[in-house]
Amino acid sequence: MTDRIEQRINSLNKRLNSEKRFRIYCIGAMSFALAWVLILFLNIFSSGYSAFYRTVIQVDVPFLNLIEDTTQFSEMSSEDINNLSMYSFSKKAIYRLFPDIEEKKDKKMLIRLFSIEFEQEIREFLKSNKSNINETETIYLTASDDVDQVNKGNYPRDLDEDKRRIKDIQLLFFDDLVDRGLVSYEFNLPFLMRGDSREPELAGVGGSIVGSLFTILVVLILSFPIGIFAAIYLEEFAPKNKVTDFIEININNLAAVPSIVFGLLGLGIILNTFGLPRSTPLVGGIVLSLMTLPTIIIATRASLRAVPPSIREGALAVGATKMQAVMHHVVPVAMPGALTGTIIGLAQALGETAPLLLIGMVAFVVDVPQTPLDASASLPVQVYLWSESAERGYVEKTSATIMMLLGFLILMNLAAVLIRRKFETKW
Amino acid sequence: MVKENMKSIKIKAHNLNVHYGEKQALFDVSMYMEEKQVTALIGPSGCGKSTFIRCLNRMNDVIDICKVQGKIEIDGNDIYAPDMQVEQLRERVGMVFQKPNPFPKSIFENVAYGPRIHGIAEHKSDLEEIVVNSLKKAALFDEVKDRLNDAGTGLSGGQQQRLCIARAISVNPDIILMDEPCSALDPIATARIEELMGELKTEYTIIIVTHSMQQAARVSSRTGFFHLGKLVEVDKTETIFSNPSDQRTQDYITGRFG
Repeated sequence: MTDRIEQRINSLNKRLNSEKRFRIYCIGAMSFALAWVLILFLNIFSSGYSAFYRTVIQVDVPFLNLIEDTTQFSEMSSEDINNLSMYSFSKKAIYRLFPDIEEKKDKKMLIRLFSIEFEQEIREFLKSNKSNINETETIYLTASDDVDQVNKGNYPRDLDEDKRRIKDIQLLFFDDLVDRGLVSYEFNLPFLMRGDSREPELAGVGGSIVGSLFTILVVLILSFPIGIFAAIYLEEFAPKNKVTDFIEININNLAAVPSIVFGLLGLGIILNTFGLPRSTPLVGGIVLSLMTLPTIIIATRASLRAVPPSIREGALAVGATKMQAVMHHVVPVAMPGALTGTIIGLAQALGETAPLLLIGMVAFVVDVPQTPLDASASLPVQVYLWSESAERGYVEKTSATIMMLLGFLILMNLAAVLIRRKFETKW
Repeated sequence: MVKENMKSIKIKAHNLNVHYGEKQALFDVSMYMEEKQVTALIGPSGCGKSTFIRCLNRMNDVIDICKVQGKIEIDGNDIYAPDMQVEQLRERVGMVFQKPNPFPKSIFENVAYGPRIHGIAEHKSDLEEIVVNSLKKAALFDEVKDRLNDAGTGLSGGQQQRLCIARAISVNPDIILMDEPCSALDPIATARIEELMGELKTEYTIIIVTHSMQQAARVSSRTGFFHLGKLVEVDKTETIFSNPSDQRTQDYITGRFG
């Protein structure tokens, strides 16, 4: 008798121990996955956050040298100001930071501390403040990428001079400007507003954000109604036979097709056969819709299937037509699930790169697109483009773009969760 | 005896055969049901009584593989005739299901839905009147009159089932089919529904499928006993329960199988 009890206790201990081990494995697996996510986020955040502020250098611009009376600016139109020749005037304003420099070579070095568009920046300042210009105005000019990176500490100053992009004399100028308190940071609004640029300090994600939004909009407009209607038909109306089985299998297969194949399809048919404009969010949206449709259809069908059949029967039994039963009772209940599927599909589309490369959305686009028919980049393609560039400034901008992309994805997934929570039918 | 024969026949099924794909669920069922009476259908699980009742308002049409052969006449009209509109049929033949299935909408909307889609109520006040009357007939109005805009799914099981009855009578049918309406309810809720059936039969022809022989005995005037897809016997309820003519009926009601 006691033998038997002992045997039972032993076997129980064995089972309990194996459960303990199993739990440890599970926790280990979860921690491993979490650790990688954490490393990814830390890595991206630590190299990307510095793109959200930029270095500016304070310059006193003597507008009196440009014109006899600064009040005259207020009478000039924007076009008049555009026609003013300001290049040498702007350069002279910068030389005034170091009046002692004589040599042409050194002057050139000084100018190179600033972004290439310094003249344009002074002109813009003049345009927006033309009614109120004093004899001398203090303007914050964008520093060049090299200065920006040195100022942020991302650039190794202790390399040999010939291995550095920034020269010794420029570092001397820079340190002197820092000592005089003329170098400062400001929030990098242009980064969020502007399109791409060959100059890292001037490049922005504005163009790709707008491009991505247009693309997603096209995807939403195309794939949401088509997906929902297809799902309703397949789930509620289509006869169950070989044809619909075949369609069902192929929709599932379509969801598994590598995205680059859709890109080839877009290139071959949408661009070459139909001749729609290359590199545009319209074409990108059409191609991504093809990819998103199966996701939406599958999610919508699943949520339609989850509506209890008794609801359909209840409606049919009072004499509703099949369409009334579906549209009045089944679809409203399934809608949160369908919306969730749609948002997840859109989030997938937002992060998709490969098909966009093939339809030419990988182009270098300086302007922020105004309509879905303008050539444009998109966020993931921008990441791809900048990650290939050598300049230091693009490194932080690549990470910052990934941060924005992740931010949008998290927002969309959050929206999906909230919609599901809020509109879910309580039984 | 003469009085019994005076009752007019509302529904007549003639040689009804139903197949689900390869499997035959009903074999040559012929029976009639009297107007403004309760007819009970009893039998063990899987005997075809639910299949039969679902033929009466063509709810089986929803099932792709279901084939119905034979004839069902309501007031002399063949309901499987090609020119019969199934929506119109279901307006005349309401149904209450085994599990209460109110729509996930307000109590008011649950009852108002039928009249609304059939265009029965012209004005909002008409619709309100129909809803109130239906709820009153279903003996639910007093319990819910202060919360008509609350969700129908928030009611108790018995109340939900009475809401479904109110929904069924809202379109003013002639016939109400009840497919085991009390199987998901407790005895008190069951008693209320049975009491309600007694009231409703003055206006409606009621066909009820039930597993409870006591229930059949309490509420019905005629009872049919199904077994393995065949209608074994149909007769006055007293006769079925006191003096059945078939041995299988005898065995079932005495609890020897089922």
